[in-house]
Amino acid sequence: MITVDLADTSLRELNKRLHALPPDTNETAWEVLHPLGQHAIAAGLDVPIELTVRGHAGYYCAGMNKQATVTIDGHCGWGVAENMMSGHVRVKGNASQSAGASGHGGLLVIDGDAAARCGISMKGIDIVVGGDVGHMSAFMGQLGTLVVCGDAGESLGDSLYEARIFVRGDVESLGADCIEKEMKPEHLEALAGLLAAADIDADPGSFRRYGSARKLYNFDVDHADQY
Amino acid sequence: MDTDIPRTRPRKSATFDDYTLSEIRRAAQTGIYDIRGGGAKRALPHFDDLLFLGASVSRYPLEGYRERCDTAVTLGGRFAEKPIELKIPITIAGMSFGSLSGQAKEALGRGASLAGTSTTTGDGGMTEEERCHSEKLVYQVLPSRYGLNPDDLRRCDAIEIVIGQGAKPGGGGMLLGQKINDRVAEMRTLPQGIDQRSACRHPDWTGPDDLAIKITELREITDWQKPIYVKVGGARPFHDTALAVKSGADVVVLDGMQGGTAATQDVFIEHVGQPTLACIRPAVDALMDLDMHRKVQLVVSGGIRSGADVAKALALGADAVSIGTAALVALGDNDPRWEADYNALGTTAGAYDDWHEGHDPAGISTQDPGLANRLDPELGGRRLANYLNVMTLECQTLARACGKSHVHNLEPEDLVALTVEAAAMARVPLAGTSWVPGLNGQTG
Repeated sequence: MITVDLADTSLRELNKRLHALPPDTNETAWEVLHPLGQHAIAAGLDVPIELTVRGHAGYYCAGMNKQATVTIDGHCGWGVAENMMSGHVRVKGNASQSAGASGHGGLLVIDGDAAARCGISMKGIDIVVGGDVGHMSAFMGQLGTLVVCGDAGESLGDSLYEARIFVRGDVESLGADCIEKEMKPEHLEALAGLLAAADIDADPGSFRRYGSARKLYNFDVDHADQY
Repeated sequence: MDTDIPRTRPRKSATFDDYTLSEIRRAAQTGIYDIRGGGAKRALPHFDDLLFLGASVSRYPLEGYRERCDTAVTLGGRFAEKPIELKIPITIAGMSFGSLSGQAKEALGRGASLAGTSTTTGDGGMTEEERCHSEKLVYQVLPSRYGLNPDDLRRCDAIEIVIGQGAKPGGGGMLLGQKINDRVAEMRTLPQGIDQRSACRHPDWTGPDDLAIKITELREITDWQKPIYVKVGGARPFHDTALAVKSGADVVVLDGMQGGTAATQDVFIEHVGQPTLACIRPAVDALMDLDMHRKVQLVVSGGIRSGADVAKALALGADAVSIGTAALVALGDNDPRWEADYNALGTTAGAYDDWHEGHDPAGISTQDPGLANRLDPELGGRRLANYLNVMTLECQTLARACGKSHVHNLEPEDLVALTVEAAAMARVPLAGTSWVPGLNGQTG
């Protein structure tokens, strides 16, 4: 285990060191101490390492992650794992706004709650939230899956493209062009797989599925009130 | 009817002119606002309303072709370890693959590289065509984040965070279904054939404090190597420039309302934002207030057409300019050689702006393979390089005439204005007077 203490090492030094790791590095276990809410911790990783942040992280922790497994043993600020391409990011506490924003791939797990716009503009990332999500989550979601084990705030899935949403609790309201859809066996199977990957114990049968009605895909004057 | 009574001639309303009437009829028929490409078409105070004074008894000129007049510009030296060095102060503005064909992007890269300057990606990500052919490539980070990935972030030469465009400050983008073919759809992670909307706000930050953190993240991801530009539409140039600087930008790109777009509502293009001429001095004020003029570079775009426009923008305090529409025209956009095809589309060469429909006869703003093949990227690149070279020579000619050994030495004192409006916006005297409108009795 390689330990980097941000109390006496600069963030720039940490990230530069992580970026310099070769693809076949044997330095695969890292922990970061005293993050103290610093921003962009472990942003831009592109190696298959396991890194744990011991404490709270600020904005954009594990931003644009590729390959790495990052665990935040605390809460985190805006945009955790934003634009993630691959790998696995887990927040053991709560996540602030725009968690997983525009992510292209990988798995983001938030054990606690996620604030507004969780999964905004998601492009293939899978996000599993153990608690609730705030308003406008999965806004303009293009691809990937958002799983919410708790409740969802208002305007869930507004202007949704092809992203899929599963919610176990209550949905305050659905956004424009987002509708509830039938839960078919293939959806149950996919959801079960995601919950297992996220190591979250929940019955897939207790969730409801939401997706795009695809009525706003091409402009129609009769839907003008929804634009 | 008594035909002997003189009748007044039919008179059309200046308010309800032919264009306005046609737009009302079009709106009534379709139920949707007019969407088009390009920038503001209305007459606006512009660089044509300024003149250089040239040398006189008090200032001596430099000898053309003999005495040096440098044009090199460095962008991004504030924080970036690898600033961009350009031979000329003219860059190519962001234009997406999707709105433009792959051949057009390649031609832009070839031309810019020949002339020693940079090109810029656009909404939708980076293509191999432009990376291979652009020696210096600026990678845009846009609200949509279409195609954004860390690999391209690392292989670009600079990063441009797009907050707004002059054609539509406060508006997002759109690419209609006709242009979303397989490749474009794949790059943007969208179904083929849908009308693609681009968000108007970034998904993971709001406001200048957040922007500062976002910039820090991008610097961390790229190990502080790349210059980071912030592009704003010409809305509130003083405050936007000041906030961009405060947020940590290396370069501010300021796009006036004549700046083009691939597609947006005509009402947006014509009624939101400020003319380029009106934006420069407030932006320079902000830089000077912060003691950042020439430390954070100002790149101005929106209606730049000639070396005279370049020289005037620099004289007002810009470090460089950026061209989009003019670059496309250099490649062959709106060329009269395709007049029959333009007529078939209900328009004429010089007026074609339905770039979003994908039927561009010049093969530039299209994804139709047959049309796109009309543009030879090598030839197009050569034409663009020629045009950039002409603009540079023109700019040098004017600078030498004003006695400047570098185009950056041009200054507002070298200019007068032909109109009261231009004098007020550029803060230079009305020609023949010492009057600078708006300075409350002070002289310029």
